[in-house]
Amino acid sequence: MSTYIPRRAWQALLVIIGVSAVSFFLIQMTGDPAALMLPMDASAADVAQFRESMGFNDPLYIQYGRFLGQVLQGNFGDSIRHNQPALEMVFERLPATAELTAVALLLSVLVAVPLGVITATRQHTLADGLGSVAGLLGQSMPTFWLGIMLIMVFSVQLEALPPSGRGGLEHLLLPAITLGTYSMATTMRLLRSKMLEVLGQDYIRTAQAKGLPERVVIYRHALRNAMLPVITVIGLQVGAMLGGAVVTETIFAWPGIGRLAIQAINNRDIPLVQAVVFVAAATIVTVNLATDLLYGYYDPQIRFTE
Amino acid sequence: MEPAPTRKTAWRKGLRNLGRHRTALVGVGILMAVILMALAAPWLAPHDPRQQDLSLRLHPPGWAEGGDPSYPLGTDQMGRDILSRIIYGARVSLAVGFIAVAISGTLGVSLGLLSGYFGGRLDDIIMRVADIQLAFPFILLALAVMTVLGSGLRNIIIVLGITGWVQYGRIIRSEVLRLRSTEFIEAAHSIGNSDLAVIWRHLLPNVISSAIVIASLQVARVVVSESALTFLGLGIEPTIPSWGGMLSDGRDYINTQWWVSTFPGLALMLTVLGWNLVGDWLRDSLDPRAR
Repeated sequence: MSTYIPRRAWQALLVIIGVSAVSFFLIQMTGDPAALMLPMDASAADVAQFRESMGFNDPLYIQYGRFLGQVLQGNFGDSIRHNQPALEMVFERLPATAELTAVALLLSVLVAVPLGVITATRQHTLADGLGSVAGLLGQSMPTFWLGIMLIMVFSVQLEALPPSGRGGLEHLLLPAITLGTYSMATTMRLLRSKMLEVLGQDYIRTAQAKGLPERVVIYRHALRNAMLPVITVIGLQVGAMLGGAVVTETIFAWPGIGRLAIQAINNRDIPLVQAVVFVAAATIVTVNLATDLLYGYYDPQIRFTE
Repeated sequence: MEPAPTRKTAWRKGLRNLGRHRTALVGVGILMAVILMALAAPWLAPHDPRQQDLSLRLHPPGWAEGGDPSYPLGTDQMGRDILSRIIYGARVSLAVGFIAVAISGTLGVSLGLLSGYFGGRLDDIIMRVADIQLAFPFILLALAVMTVLGSGLRNIIIVLGITGWVQYGRIIRSEVLRLRSTEFIEAAHSIGNSDLAVIWRHLLPNVISSAIVIASLQVARVVVSESALTFLGLGIEPTIPSWGGMLSDGRDYINTQWWVSTFPGLALMLTVLGWNLVGDWLRDSLDPRAR
């Protein structure tokens, strides 16, 4: 275990540096970032002057070095549209996305684990059939369609829940369900298949032969062993959810970084786009690192042999 | 002792398996219907999908009151027939799906083979690039690239194709690592086969089945991603009928004209369901470890 942590942390750092390079090169891809950032009717002289003042005429590696230095100081420049420091704007909206993602993840795990256990232990029964169908549908449903349907049913028809904005619990429910469904389905199906694997093992037979109550066998022995790879997947779901948040936040007008990203992209607000992309990627890398470390801690094969 | 199963036996067993596997049959059925729909669109669609008639705008589905049976699923805000647009939309979704998956599959399998076989620095670099790419939420990456490159059918296929290689790369790589130390690879080497020959003639056929499983599941992902991007405004041109575009159009009308968004979404979901079912079945029947 002693080499596992530093190695993983070092890999994570390399990836974040790579991420910063990609964020930087995004605007270089058009060939002329100045033309991209200025309005269409800017004169050639204006564009040339802008280019000079922003330092776009310097060699690429100098520009990248400057960018990296600024990033380390937390400076992504000012948002062109809003004249506010870009990173600041991202951090203002991060809590909203974090709230949505956390609740979505919580909901998805709370539903997926019992469903996964039930469908695995009652294989081939009606419960399994229904649960498996729900899982398949959940994985196949496009997030944005689900969101629209939920709004139609609960906000328009039943007038029970608000269709947009952030507020109390009633504002969280629909977006969280929308965001969490795919994750719930994936986790449930994975847990089911792992549980079936584990339940077929000899040590489960032994436990049953020992006369242990069914519940103990399922939860203390089977579930524990099946959960390990599932935890990794749940950790990876956070990354997928950040992507899903872009769509969900747009549909429900949720004031998070996903919606900010769309607005920034539509406005061609490059500094803001860079800031959002970098923060999102850095978050994902950190969460994956934490998941890896957690997994390394709990999996005895890694803990005791590295 | 019976001889070890060859690849042909695995395929044949798999196909026989299909008959017994009810869910997979449903999946194949759905897919065949969608593919048929896409191919036969000009004959199946009751109306021209692009024909606008503002006097007919936002008519409810044929069976509802106020609806016209010649427009069975209703019309959209431009008076275009929704059923016809759904039928033609299948073409876009399937085209993007197949082409993008072909691109990412080729890229991913090649990189996976190279990475697993040669190892060392090359492997490190390729895997590092994969990690960096995976760190970005896919939609954000695609959106950012499309902003820079411009939207449209061709660009969306390119973006989806190039960003999709990682799923193949990793799994193929681990398969190659596993196969690298087997006896038949050693034997191939000792006969004097060059690296390229070993990769092409021995490793590639063995990893193809995994690649196919991944590919079928990836088509679902690509179809949904394309619709999501079009829905967000950075995908297919609005002139081409596509399911994502229809969903986006319908968003303004969900209060009373529910049909504009509901039906294209259903089509999407069914298509994805079909691919998921087929992909699951392929994985179950082609996976040697499951036996």
